[in-house]
Amino acid sequence: MSSDIIGTTRPSGAGRTARAGGSARSTGTAVLWDRAKTILIHIELAVLAVVVIYPLVWVVGASFGATGGLAQASAIPSDPSLGNYVRLLTATDFPRWYLNSLIVATSNMVLSVVISALSAYIFSRLRFRGRTFALTSMLILQIFPAFLSAIAVYMLFLNFGLLDSLTGLIVASLAAQLPYNTWLLKGYVDGISTSFDEAALIDGASRTRIFTHIILPLMKPMLTFVAITQFAVPWMDFILPKLLISSPQHKTIAIGLFEMIADETRNEFTTFAAGAVLVAVPITILYVVLQKHLISGLTAGGEKG
Amino acid sequence: MTHTLAKREAPPSAPERPAPQQSSAWAAGLASALLWGSGQAMNRQYAKGLIFLTLMVATVATELVTGYYGNLTSYSFRRNGGFFLRGLWGLITLGTEPRSTGLTGLTGGDHSIVLMVNGLIALLTLLVIAALYAWNVIDAVRTRRILIRTGTAPTSREYFTALWQSSYAYIVLSPLLALLLFVSALPIIFGILIAFTNYNRDNLPPLSLVDWVGLSNFTAIFSIKAWSGTFLGVLTWTVVWAFIATVTTYLFGFIQAVILNSSRVRYPRFWRSIYILPWAVPAMISALVFRSMFNGQFGPINQILLDWGLIDQRIYWFTDPSNALLARVMALLVNLWLGFPYFMALIGGALTNIDKNYYEAAVLDGASSSQILRRITFPIIYRATAPLAVLAFVANFNNFGVIYFLTEGGPANSNYQFAGSTDLLITWLFTLTVDNRLYNIGAVMSIVIFVLVGTFSLWNLKRSRAFDEL
Repeated sequence: MSSDIIGTTRPSGAGRTARAGGSARSTGTAVLWDRAKTILIHIELAVLAVVVIYPLVWVVGASFGATGGLAQASAIPSDPSLGNYVRLLTATDFPRWYLNSLIVATSNMVLSVVISALSAYIFSRLRFRGRTFALTSMLILQIFPAFLSAIAVYMLFLNFGLLDSLTGLIVASLAAQLPYNTWLLKGYVDGISTSFDEAALIDGASRTRIFTHIILPLMKPMLTFVAITQFAVPWMDFILPKLLISSPQHKTIAIGLFEMIADETRNEFTTFAAGAVLVAVPITILYVVLQKHLISGLTAGGEKG
Repeated sequence: MTHTLAKREAPPSAPERPAPQQSSAWAAGLASALLWGSGQAMNRQYAKGLIFLTLMVATVATELVTGYYGNLTSYSFRRNGGFFLRGLWGLITLGTEPRSTGLTGLTGGDHSIVLMVNGLIALLTLLVIAALYAWNVIDAVRTRRILIRTGTAPTSREYFTALWQSSYAYIVLSPLLALLLFVSALPIIFGILIAFTNYNRDNLPPLSLVDWVGLSNFTAIFSIKAWSGTFLGVLTWTVVWAFIATVTTYLFGFIQAVILNSSRVRYPRFWRSIYILPWAVPAMISALVFRSMFNGQFGPINQILLDWGLIDQRIYWFTDPSNALLARVMALLVNLWLGFPYFMALIGGALTNIDKNYYEAAVLDGASSSQILRRITFPIIYRATAPLAVLAFVANFNNFGVIYFLTEGGPANSNYQFAGSTDLLITWLFTLTVDNRLYNIGAVMSIVIFVLVGTFSLWNLKRSRAFDEL
């Protein structure tokens, strides 16, 4: 953490030294003002921390509190218990939803990484007819919000008997994110020097071998980013499952949790809270631990378009 | 033709007779145009010719097998047509016979939408076949020319080895291309076509037929007062929302990053790991939690405010139709909570890359700290992060999650068609299609959103020069 580089401190610190030769009185006020500033900043930090944390603490608290509706929820439960979790796991289909989401998210992650990495390598390294057309089309497809084609996907799946199946959901989620990921990874491979490829070609390595042994290992940081986001997006996706899934046994957690809360008369808020905690904790830990990777991946996405 | 062919095969010194050979090159093309692969056979590439012939036979067989060509006394596309002809017929007519109650009970009737999708698939397949057909003809002419010029043509085996090598890219890309064609491009074309039909809750197949209606959906949106009023209202709010949401999250993220970067702050790492939480927790969960906290009837915020005596009656934060502004401001505030950590982390990283010399020079010139912040830090950071701010603007324009989970578009607005005061174009579209099954109007909206977002994104891409990297 380099905290001395910027902003409020350095100039005011310098100002203080510049004025150090002045009268003792002005030095005294400067020190006082300086200390007041530091205190004000820490007050701001503390207030913001409370604002940021309170909703999260509240929902965690509610999940350990008495079972019931919103009125029962409080940040610090008076009689903490695991009742909501027991109810969630036994009285609702939550385990089923969790498993469904896990299947969809994991398959989407694996397929996304494999297909987009391979395609990015081809687009970056090989010149072939239709390449520019394919890249431009993907750019345009990526602009089209996934939801707009989702309804059409619904009709297509109806026609092919893929409706209300996890396979259909995986295929739709996969196609929705592929153009963006391929572009992102292509930009990354463009940045990898071709001298590695050329050396390997001279040694007689096949293109596939160059990909698996040279390019793929070098792509690891960006692949981590793609893998995490391609897990997280379908994990919490609402629109596609809402359109493509109808039967209770194929519901995903996003749908299940939303339905618990959308109908206030069902009085299931604390059960929802328990579900929310179980769903959010793994993702949150993943994001916090890997935040550096994720932020740099997002930055690259912005720069490459 | 056979005559010239025989002449050519005999002497290898072909280039001496240009005129008749040129015409026979076209003859090979013509042969392939009539019977796939026959030109290739003339060029003595029998295996290749056989493959083209098989493709042609397969195409015709598909049509014959999937249709009813046994009884052709009165041919009609609807009754006798196969995959291709009936498909095209369906795409053009969208069905002619609705489901009806006949003497033998309920008759099948045409399902317009299934017909349309099948027709589209048939059309796309035909386009692929047309490309193969063109290849078949061009290849016959080309090989013939080589044969004329050099006296020998590559054998089929040589040709396929070369083809395999040159089509490595296509083979590896095929999963991506297939997915994009059938799960992205096809649905988008389908969606665009729906905008020109009357497919909605009053016209649901298989009970009734859907028809092509030309541009009347577009004219309805822009000329019928109720629709155009809603559209303009929702569009204005969407733009205002996207702008304010982006600016607030960006500026607050910037300020927070600068504060955390200051040497006054003790334990910056600790504060940072708290502030990153709204970004790490799935946004849907956070939005639903806020929706519950600010619930008008049972929410804890109202309870606290009542207990402290700050208000004397409950505030309906997201659902009060008489106070749409409150719901909008609340949505923006929740979005600020959700969105500032991303920019804070991003800008925090960029801050460490700023050259220290700028600051030292500024201090020597007697600049105050606020001047340094406004004139040096902000411009540098802004230049580095502007593309991401633009992306955030587009994301906010289509920010389905925050609005739908927080307010579901509400509070209700009696002047709007199927929209509430906080509805963005994308959530309105969702309500129109999923809840109200106005597929045709939804499709028009999709096109409008695509044109708006697409123009903006293309402009931005042109600026960021992503196209240069193609």
